[in-house]
Order: sequence, then structure tokens, then C-alpha cells
Amino acid sequence: MSTFIQTVIVGLRLGSVYALIALGYTMVYGIIRLINFAHGDFIMVGGYTIIFTVPLVLALGLPAWAAVLAAVAVCALVGMGTEIIAYRPVRKKGTNMSALITAIAMSLFLENLAQAIPAIGPNPKVADQIFTAGGFKIGSVTFEYTTVITIVISAVIMIVLYMFTQKTRLGRAMRCVSEDKSAATLMGINVNHTIILTFAIGSALAAVAALMYMAQYPRIYTTLGSDLGIKAFVSAVLGGIGIIPGAVLGGFVVGLFESFTTSYISSSLADAVVFLILIVVLLLKPAGIMGKNVGEKV
Amino acid sequence: MKNNKTARSYLVNTLVIAAAFILFQVLTGLFGSEGDFKLVLVPSLWQCCYLILLAASLNLVLGFLGQLSLGHCGFMAIGAYTAALISLACERAGVFTDKAGLVYILIIFGCIIAAGLLAAVTGLLVGIPALRLKGDYLAIITLGFGMIIVNVINNLPFCGQDGLSQGSAAASLYKTGLGFGSKAKVTYLWIALVVTILCLTLMFMFVRSKYGRAIRAIKDDEIAASASGINVSSYKVLTFTYSAFFAGVAGALYACANSSLSTSSFAFTNAGILNSTFVVVMVVLGGMGSLTGSIVAAVIMFFVNYQIANGSWVAALPPFLNGVFKYPMLVYAVVLVIVIIFRPRGIFGTYEFSLTRLPEDVKKARARRAAAKAERKEAVSHG
Repeated sequence: MSTFIQTVIVGLRLGSVYALIALGYTMVYGIIRLINFAHGDFIMVGGYTIIFTVPLVLALGLPAWAAVLAAVAVCALVGMGTEIIAYRPVRKKGTNMSALITAIAMSLFLENLAQAIPAIGPNPKVADQIFTAGGFKIGSVTFEYTTVITIVISAVIMIVLYMFTQKTRLGRAMRCVSEDKSAATLMGINVNHTIILTFAIGSALAAVAALMYMAQYPRIYTTLGSDLGIKAFVSAVLGGIGIIPGAVLGGFVVGLFESFTTSYISSSLADAVVFLILIVVLLLKPAGIMGKNVGEKV
Repeated sequence: MKNNKTARSYLVNTLVIAAAFILFQVLTGLFGSEGDFKLVLVPSLWQCCYLILLAASLNLVLGFLGQLSLGHCGFMAIGAYTAALISLACERAGVFTDKAGLVYILIIFGCIIAAGLLAAVTGLLVGIPALRLKGDYLAIITLGFGMIIVNVINNLPFCGQDGLSQGSAAASLYKTGLGFGSKAKVTYLWIALVVTILCLTLMFMFVRSKYGRAIRAIKDDEIAASASGINVSSYKVLTFTYSAFFAGVAGALYACANSSLSTSSFAFTNAGILNSTFVVVMVVLGGMGSLTGSIVAAVIMFFVNYQIANGSWVAALPPFLNGVFKYPMLVYAVVLVIVIIFRPRGIFGTYEFSLTRLPEDVKKARARRAAAKAERKEAVSHG
């Protein structure tokens, strides 16, 4: 029984990281109908920023996790830059396919740029301890502080984000643009600003996800983004891409599936199982768990 | 009249290819044992052959059918493992012993065909469910299938370490009945060339047949195509299967050219030249809808990669540039974005090279350039 509970907890922890990343995918997809392949690499950017700023932050006498503020800023800038430099010109001229290929190209670019920078290089780097080590026990189940903090912070962020999109003016503007760009323009919404804002928020979430991930697995490497990103993307599709609560749900489902496969079947099959879920869902209900099927207009 | 023209162009092409082939055989006879020829040129040609097949076969799906598939190397992995394991089984069964002779050549061809067929069957099985989706979803689901294929191969005891259930299941296969050394590569180079030319011919024929026209119609407008009586989903699955076949053949050639196989070399991305993303890059740069473009792009990108990996000029560069050139994907990514922005259909677009049409094409290009020049002049004189 304690193994079962432990597995659930690990699943929730993984799931909350996936959910944070999936939110970025889903928000961008909702607004410009593009799978932002580079989103996974924003996590990597965030991770390296944290690694490089942690000593600085400690020297200032702040706790290590404060480095996430720098990561959030850097990631938001990278996200906005990607949109302005690459996605916007392609969106103006090309088709959906060329936008998708641009996204893949940007992902390759960020990954390989990181490797080409001498301070980063292709070898994994080890991060410092971010949260306090240790934990507490309830019965025979150990709760690590890191795990608890990860789950709680993720939950808070998700609720705040949901309130933001539902209640604030900017959030409403985002939802309008994702529904109908031209109508949104007529209502006086600056579509380009809204898209950039979406990229900034999505990338900032990726930075937070990087912190959570590194708190648990303090090893970071340049292709981390594609490994994590793909699973998060699966979560986003699973829940129904473009739908914010869907991404959260999908994240937790993928996290739980992964942790159960790892502890009950085989850790090397975990990835295959995640994709198997994706394929089953896409075939049975292509719009995702919470999505609605939309017919094609001629 | 038109038939006559087609027949003539087939004749011309066959003759030219045959002449080039004979020339190559003579060259092989002359320089077969010399260092650079044996150690550099021939292995490079092997690599070019499978890269060309890989890029051209993906172009059928990506360029002509207009569907982005990100798991193409999965089919190549299936082809490579099939060829390696069948040949290994034959070797262990004692069908051949010294990797030479007529029987061995027959086995090589048998392996190549079996690799293609198994990849095609997998392509069919993947394609039937996957091609119900399109666009972004298709890209992801093919990515998923590519990863699952690699993952399953990793876990099959059949494909591990020493092959055929000897040794434990692992990501690498060290024993194969193919895996030519540098001398065998020279001896059997003709196999790679013949297979590549045959496959390319089959692809060209496919693209120019009624099936090719149908899939181009699907690319342009799926709804209009189905309204004019094209069975969209069966054509999609057909193309996908056909393309997977050639990816499998490319895999078999890969198994011939490499002494061991590792699943990480067929992944979605990795540090090397052979991964699904790289194939997409080749196809897009060469031109979505131009087999010529894929061939040229595969050869050029192989050459560039080779130069970056082995060229002495790279080492002579200042250190900060050195880092950039150590990761050629960085350069390709930038080039890819630029090409997509300025030439959304790739460098060659849908242009196909043709020997019989070459004079016409040159004339047309000249006329176009002259017209552009005249226009510029006029614009200047009008102020």
C-alpha cells in the first residue's frame, strides 16, 4: 500500500511539472494554432539560467530558489524574441506547415546554440540544492519537502493563471484573440501585443517548471527540453490542446501513468506507454479529453 | 507524339545512367585499393545513398502529399534491424561463411527487400490510424510512433547486443551479417548504387503516375480532391506505406555500411546527422515537392557535415567560430528559418531536373532573367 501511495505522489509531482509546461504549449496553440516545438527548449534555457544565477543569489544572501526570478525574465525574453524574429514573419507569409517547420528549426537552434556556447557545452551540469532537503513521514509514507513544495506551487500557479484568463482584461483579450483574430482586432484588441504576452507567460511558466524539475533531478543538459517538452506536449493534447484546465488534467494523467509504469512494469517502457496513451486518445477522441470536435469550414 | 517523347526521355535517361554507372565501375577497378578512394570516397557514397533515399522517401509524404511526418527514421530503424538480423540468422545457420560469392549477394538483396517490406507493413499499420489526423496532430503522432518503434526495439531481446536473443536486450546491436568493412564497401558499392537508382526511379514513376497527381491534388485541397472522386484516406495510407518501404531500404543500406546498430541513431533528434528532424531539414531545404531537390540537399548536407566533422579548415578557425561549426545543426536551423521565410516551398520548389528538358529549362531561365532585367531598366528610366 505504501508503494502505491508513494507512486501516486511521484506521479503528482511529475504531473505538476508536466502540467506547467503543457500550459505554455496550450496557451500558444490556443492563440496562434501552432505547436511551439521550441517551448521545451525554453525549459532548458530556464534551467541554465538558474544554474548560473544560483551562486549570485546565494552571495546576495537570498534563498537559492530566488534564482527562478532571473530565469523567468530570461525565458520570457527568449519566448518573445522567438515569436518576433521567427514565428511572426512566417505566419504572415507561409502555411501552417511552414510555421510548424519553423518551430522545429527554432528548437534545433536553441538546443545547438546552448551546446555551442562554451560555458554550457554538451555535457550535463549538476545544480545546487534548491529547496531544503529532507521530509516528513505520515505512517509509512515519506513526503519530501521538494515534492510537497512542487505540487503546492504548481497548483497555486495554475489557479492564478486560470483566474487571470477568466477575470482580467488582458486574459479576456487573450481568449478573444484565440477565438477570432479579426473580430478581436475590430473590438480594439492589439492582437500582436496579446500574442507576445501569451508567449511571455508561457515561457515564464517553463522557467518555473525548470526550477521544479531541477529541485528533484539536479542534472541539466541541452536536450532536456525535447525530452520533457514532448511529454508535456502529450499532456496538452491529451487534455485538449488550447484548453487551460485540459492541460493541467493531461499533465497529471501523464505523470501518473509514467510513475505507475516505472514502478510496476519497467522504467524503460515509460516513454512508450506515454505515447501509447496519446495515440489511443488521438484516435478515439482527437480533440482531447476536454476538447470539442470542430468541423472544418469550406 | 507525346508517348514518343516519353519513350525518348526514358531511353536518354537509361543510357546516361548506364554510362555513368560503367564509368564508375571502371574507376572502382582502377582506384579500388587506393587510400583516399577506399577510405573516404566510397564510405561517403554509401552514406549519401541512404541519405538520398531517406530524404526522397520522406519527400513523398512531406512534399507531395503535404503531411508532416516526424518519425521517418523509425521506419529506417526497422529496415536496418531487419536486414542486420536476417543476414545474421543466415550466417549463424551457415548459409554463407566468408561474406562473399553469389549466395551472399543474393542474401544482401533479400535482406534489402525484406527490410523494405517490413518497414512498409509497419508504415501501413501506423498509417491507417495516424493518417486520420492531419497537420500538427499527425506530426505529433508520427513522432510518437517513431519513438515507440525505437523504444520497442530497445526492449526486444531479439534485437539486443549479440542479436537473435544472444546477450541481453539493449539499445545496441553489435553483431550483424552485413556491416561491410572498407574493402567490402568498395566491392559492393555497385549494390548501393543500383538500389538507390532503382528506388529513385520507382519514386519518380510514382510521382508522375495518376497516384502522384492524386496526392498532389490532396496536398492542394483535400476537400476539393475528395469532391472530385479521390479517395483521400486510402491515397494517404498508400503514399505513407510506399514511403516507409524506401525508408526501410535506406535502413538496409545503413546496416550494410555500419558494423553495429544503435537505436539512438534513429531517434527524433540526436547529435549526429541521422535523425528524423535532420531528414525533415533536408527535404525542406531541397524543396517540398522536388525529388531532385532532396537528392541535391542530401548530398550537399552530407558534404557540409563531413567537412565540418573532418575538414582541417575547421580546426584553423578562431575558437568562437569553432563552437558554431561543431554543431552544424545550429547553422542549418538558421538557414531553415531563412529559407522558410523567403522561399516557403524550399530552394528547388517543385522543379525537377530532366536531361531531355534541360535545354528548354535553361532557355526559359535565361528569358526570365532577361525579362527581369528589362523590367528593372524600365523602372529606372521611369524614375
